[in-house]
Amino acid sequence: MTGDGYVEWLKREGRIVIVGASLAGLRAAETLREEGFAGSLTMIGDEPYEPYDRPPLSKQVLLGKASAEHTALPRRRAIDARWRLGVAATGLDMAARRVRLADGDEVEYDRLLIATGVRARPWPRKEEAELDGVFVLRTRDDAVELHRRLAGGPRRVFVIGAGFTGSEIASACREQGLPVTVAERAAAPLVGPLGGVIGEVAARMQREHGVDLRCGVMVTRLEGDSTGRVRAAHLSDDAKVEADVVVVSLGATRNTEWLAGSDLGAGPRGIACDAGCRAFDFRGIVTDDIYVAGDVARSPHPLFGYQFLSLEHWGNAVTQAEVAAHNMISVSVDRRPHMWVPAFWSSQFGVNIKSVGVPSMGEELLVAQGSLAEGRFTAVYGYQNRVIGAVAFDQSRWLQFYQHLIETTAPFPPPFPTVDRRPEGRHPVPADFPDPSVPTHGPTVTLSGYSPADRRLTFTPGR
Amino acid sequence: MTQASLLRQITDYANRADPYPLYKELRRTPVLRDEDGPYLVSTYWEIQSLLHDPRTSSDARNLATTGGYGATPLEETSLPPSFIRLDPPEHDRLRRMAMRSFGPPHTPRRIHDMRDALHAIVTDLIDGLGNTDRIDLVEQFSYPFPVTVICRLLGVPREDEAHFRTWADIIAASLDPVPGEDPTERDRTTQQARNELGMYLAGLVEERRRKPGEDMLSELVTGKGPDGTMTTMEVLSTSVLLLIAGHETTVNLITNGMLTLMRHPEVLQRLRNEPGLAVPLVEELLRYEPPVQLIPQRTTIADIEVSGVTIPKGASLWLVLASGNRDPERFTDPDRFDPDRKDIQHLGFGSGIHACFGAPLARLEAQIALTELARRLDNPRLLEDPPPYRQSAVLRGPRHLHFACDGIRP
Repeated sequence: MTGDGYVEWLKREGRIVIVGASLAGLRAAETLREEGFAGSLTMIGDEPYEPYDRPPLSKQVLLGKASAEHTALPRRRAIDARWRLGVAATGLDMAARRVRLADGDEVEYDRLLIATGVRARPWPRKEEAELDGVFVLRTRDDAVELHRRLAGGPRRVFVIGAGFTGSEIASACREQGLPVTVAERAAAPLVGPLGGVIGEVAARMQREHGVDLRCGVMVTRLEGDSTGRVRAAHLSDDAKVEADVVVVSLGATRNTEWLAGSDLGAGPRGIACDAGCRAFDFRGIVTDDIYVAGDVARSPHPLFGYQFLSLEHWGNAVTQAEVAAHNMISVSVDRRPHMWVPAFWSSQFGVNIKSVGVPSMGEELLVAQGSLAEGRFTAVYGYQNRVIGAVAFDQSRWLQFYQHLIETTAPFPPPFPTVDRRPEGRHPVPADFPDPSVPTHGPTVTLSGYSPADRRLTFTPGR
Repeated sequence: MTQASLLRQITDYANRADPYPLYKELRRTPVLRDEDGPYLVSTYWEIQSLLHDPRTSSDARNLATTGGYGATPLEETSLPPSFIRLDPPEHDRLRRMAMRSFGPPHTPRRIHDMRDALHAIVTDLIDGLGNTDRIDLVEQFSYPFPVTVICRLLGVPREDEAHFRTWADIIAASLDPVPGEDPTERDRTTQQARNELGMYLAGLVEERRRKPGEDMLSELVTGKGPDGTMTTMEVLSTSVLLLIAGHETTVNLITNGMLTLMRHPEVLQRLRNEPGLAVPLVEELLRYEPPVQLIPQRTTIADIEVSGVTIPKGASLWLVLASGNRDPERFTDPDRFDPDRKDIQHLGFGSGIHACFGAPLARLEAQIALTELARRLDNPRLLEDPPPYRQSAVLRGPRHLHFACDGIRP
């Protein structure tokens, strides 16, 4: 059978299995049907729910403005799938093209899409993590439980980690008038994704809203009472904070353990794939029947030096799923690369935060518009004399322009004046990211191509 | 045809009824330097990018050539520029304060809650259309509807509505640049109209300060947000802006809408049967016949390269939104009116920091008006096509829209 003939057959009566029934999985399924896939489609998800939206969980749901049951993702079209919900995938046999399920069942595929995403990184000490009142926030169930507990009026909430999720939780607590303490290992909130200069703004924002923010400290121990309820957190500076709710916001872990032994190129940093979303096996050879999309994928991006990027971004999950689905049922010349420019948003303490590009690659920062002191600004990140990222606090309408600068590898600092340029925006300053060899929780972009400990290869093309 | 003649042709009243062939011609040169000064930008992506470009300014003081209030000394009584003619941070501060009493996050339901009131005004106006042999949609419906709405929203007494038309006409006319004309005399007339309208509003502001009501004017006067309170002068120029914008754009959106529907009776019939069509239909109208055809008030504060052309610092920019909306590089079959169009990111409300402040209200007004007109007018048909247009090439729309129908349904 020729390659073209195979794809035609696949579209007509092939079997496609999608592991991961969240945003990326759903959008991929919709795209497959949209593009004429008429074969059988199986959706496997370890949660009992149909695909739901996560951004509201740390915002509207915690505030009680939306109920978790109403976060189901809107459907773009019918997908006519066989749903295997509430059962996790536990293994993959690449040679036999089968996915093993937790209930012992096996599902055969002709094409497989892996979109298993990430899960919240739990508190590392199991006994303490299991204390009543200790939460993580990633799933619908997590949000329902945490909201219920917050609505019960705890005396104090203790948040471990001031990344985006931790900061949003702190914001939701303050909006409900709850006393909240946030402990952060770095010098300021959000330093992983945005660096220390912007972190200072975030720190001020939290303190102005009454958050008891403790930076430069680690949590050494969670203390429970005799009934197994959490009652306090102990910090590395010997402080002790009494709290009856503790939320662990230490970033995410990629859901790849089920692929152990499968010979797929999957590990703690995700599943490596090419720009067309085809997964690599552990030898670095691209597969042709296994695709990945969403938070669990890591793929090379030409705008960022072909670094392998893992993106925990809503928009990335959507576009990567669309590209993966398209490529799954296309012959090679019709395949498309996934070249989405990273972008994310957050809403906390009444401020809308939006970012494009990869700020965490930035060495220097320039406040191109507005003012850090006023908390409304657009800051641009520079890397090796080019614009690599931008972030806006309550100024997102300009970001499209800066995205264009990133896409066109424009010089940094931008050599032109802008409206609303202030004295502080005359010269770049160091962006102040922490030492990359010290892992920070909760970066929304992980540069996963190499770690600073790895030996680095440099490829110099001939002229 | 010489290139330079295009700008004059666009502003030439003779081409008002159908400027689209001129726009098509214009798009052959996406960035066109006109001999009268301005740089015309006519293609979708180029306009879109300039609307988000922080090197463009709305502040006339940045204009290097003549014109703008920097060149004309103003009397002390003159109103300061409204936020549409300012750059950040002043623009942001004033727009934010105005938004507090208009929309989200502080007043998210204001527009939605007006639905019933809008419906009632529309019903009254259609009930009163009278002789069905010859109705002028503009005089009898499209004009009075948004005027009533904006006055009610701001808190202007009903009996004073009539005064506005003269002032509004003069102020709106000032947005319509005539190439080659010395603007001094017109600037003077415009300032005078703004001042008179401002004086009238100043009286209302005093009343609201003493006895605040539920209206926007009261909230602008008394509102205390993190940005503080507007000064009286700021309240006045903001209210003038909202009154004019509320008068002069929705009128054309509704009139252009009915004109288009009567030219496409099959769509009119569909709207009658499926009122939900109004939502995508209004979006398509904003693409196909946008009430604001072009933005002639932007200036560059640095050299900007667009499509291989360097627009120098201090240049006057005209962004021809209506042309971008019909750019075949962006929309398939752009000259076709297609309410089922899926991909409809039009430029009808602009984009970026000056994106239309009143867009949610304009949308709702047009949706309700067109749905009710479609439902209640029995077999409406145009009595003249094209209808006579108003002078303005910027705020383009018919001066009158005469039609007949077989009757008015209850």
